[in-house]
Amino acid sequence: MARTHTEQHHLDASLTWAGFRQLVPISAFVTAFGAAFGLAATQAGLGDVATIAMSALVFAGASQFAALDLWGAQIPLATVALTVFAINARHLLMGATLYPWLRHLPAAKRYGIMVVATDANWAMSMQVFNRGRPGFGVLFGGGLALWLFWVIGTAIGAYFGNAISDPRRFGFDMIMGCFLLSMVVGGEKNPRMLMIWVAAAFSSLLAYWYLPENSHVVVGALTGGAIGILLKEPGDDH
Amino acid sequence: MTIEAAGMGALLVVAVMAVITLATRWGGVYLMAFVPLGPRTRRFIQAMSGSVLVALLAPMAVDGDMGARLALLTTGVAMLVFKRPLLAIAAGILVAAMARLV
Repeated sequence: MARTHTEQHHLDASLTWAGFRQLVPISAFVTAFGAAFGLAATQAGLGDVATIAMSALVFAGASQFAALDLWGAQIPLATVALTVFAINARHLLMGATLYPWLRHLPAAKRYGIMVVATDANWAMSMQVFNRGRPGFGVLFGGGLALWLFWVIGTAIGAYFGNAISDPRRFGFDMIMGCFLLSMVVGGEKNPRMLMIWVAAAFSSLLAYWYLPENSHVVVGALTGGAIGILLKEPGDDH
Repeated sequence: MTIEAAGMGALLVVAVMAVITLATRWGGVYLMAFVPLGPRTRRFIQAMSGSVLVALLAPMAVDGDMGARLALLTTGVAMLVFKRPLLAIAAGILVAAMARLV
């Protein structure tokens, strides 16, 4: 069925349900990642309530894993806040790319949809929009599916995490590091990104050795960002 | 500024994380109504969100024990070869467990 461009922002219950079902096939993976987070979080010393609340309210895997690295008896709030912002700043770009369609919606709906926006459903909805079809069903309904399975997975992981007495022996202390690394390697790979990563790694290590505790995260993020401004992307001038 | 993780402290940190993340989800849409994000801003944000992960990982790789290093190496290589995150993570954890067995 043909729809005009102005109708692409349409969203109703049936589109939401269709979007939900479209994301269910990848939900097994989301549950597994959620379980990995729940497991890692209990080891980092988060209680069950804080662990599940984090998945339900933050709903952004990489930043949640990163927060675990900074967790302790004393939590550096400012560093956690900056780290979470730096990792999740990519949501700003998602909102910006969706703006041509979001701007047709009333404010409550516009910002309501964005509450569950995350990498997978954003990418799928952009594909749908670029084919000229209504994409908010995938973004919102799919986002609800991802959220639900992320929280369920977290609860499962937290449950088993409490039952394991020596997680290090099973390598479970490496869940967080391996997760973050898989995000880095799974992302964009080209000489430009490699230079950005090298700059981030070196500046992070220097800060880790010579600057106050936990400053390495922010130093590495800002250095990488600055190199990103200097190195232009091919075809960036449109 | 540090917060005690005990008691309500952990939940306070979770709340701060939630508010910041929501601000990133809403901020891009909100800002676009006034001024579109330029290419320099886009490049900075894109580079920064990858760099912060690298910045977390670098000390982990340098300071970690042999199990940790082999785990990261395995996950990195498995990710390049198979491009399956879950598989790559599982392989890394398995290698860490085996390295600590010996």
